[in-house]
Amino acid sequence: MVLLVLLLVVGTAVVLTRDLLKATMLFAIYSLTIAGLFVILDAGDVALTEAAVGAGISTILILATLALVPAREHRQRGHNRPALLIVFITGAALVYAVSDLPEFGSADNPVHQHVGPYFIEQTYPDMGIPNMVAAVLASYRSIDTMGEAIVILTAGIAVFALLSVPPRRRQRAPDAKTRGRDEG
Amino acid sequence: MKDNSILVIVARFLIPLVMLFGLYVQFHGEYSPGGGFQAGVLFAAAWILFVLIYGLETGLRVIPLRVIYSLGCLGVLLYCAVGLMGVILGGRFLDYQPLLASPQAAQQAGIILVEFGVGVTVASVVMMIFLQFARRRAQSQAAGLELDQEQDRS
Repeated sequence: MVLLVLLLVVGTAVVLTRDLLKATMLFAIYSLTIAGLFVILDAGDVALTEAAVGAGISTILILATLALVPAREHRQRGHNRPALLIVFITGAALVYAVSDLPEFGSADNPVHQHVGPYFIEQTYPDMGIPNMVAAVLASYRSIDTMGEAIVILTAGIAVFALLSVPPRRRQRAPDAKTRGRDEG
Repeated sequence: MKDNSILVIVARFLIPLVMLFGLYVQFHGEYSPGGGFQAGVLFAAAWILFVLIYGLETGLRVIPLRVIYSLGCLGVLLYCAVGLMGVILGGRFLDYQPLLASPQAAQQAGIILVEFGVGVTVASVVMMIFLQFARRRAQSQAAGLELDQEQDRS
């Protein structure tokens, strides 16, 4: 409960702050709080991933990006009313949908009725290892994991393709910009 | 940041620990939370900390660029190779049963190999992405793009 309140506070602070460095740090705290929540829910694998990727690597990557861009967010005048309306309606619909979710942790939930029991019963006889998450990821659903590995490699190649070209010297004055456009 | 002795000493103490924890998460993943993905990220994080403290040049002397690229591809290839081994030995794709005589040992061997492939790929891709950003920064400065001035103008 404390963590949920902290999550709300940090989330609001991320939205409100204009300093991008501050927002990055708050976002790291946000990820760490979520990781703590996952630990409370006994989801060790997900918590480890969230702490390592959400709080660690994405913070570093955002900081690396911030080294390339200005450190403060542009102040925008006025509000975008249609966007505000859409966000409000979506949020209200989600809150309404929460009341329709099955009871938390109940054994009759659909998620516990499908393939879950099979994995729980068969993992140890099949593999001899206690971590069902590893068994599902690397053996029962190994083709999915292969796809994930390929996706990660593709993402790396995409970043490489975008950033490996050396930056061109940008024209400073506005007239220089139009001249450059004419030449191009 | 080589001059800040507190950072250097803390990092010197932390980097081996993070790498050790990464290896633990990698190879103990069947018994405790963890697996290739988390281990790869941890390992890359240790390397990034090293780069932040000692600079990009030193970091690239530890793992050259070419090695990072090749490792990223080799991890995925290891994964696919394990899958194809199953086909060659008379099973289906990514079927670990034919790899070893005992079915449980075969499953464990398959899982460890496949997770190792994922870990290697993730570690090198994260290193590569960080490297690209860091080099971009250095190149921008070399090209005379003054980032701070742009900030003032906006």
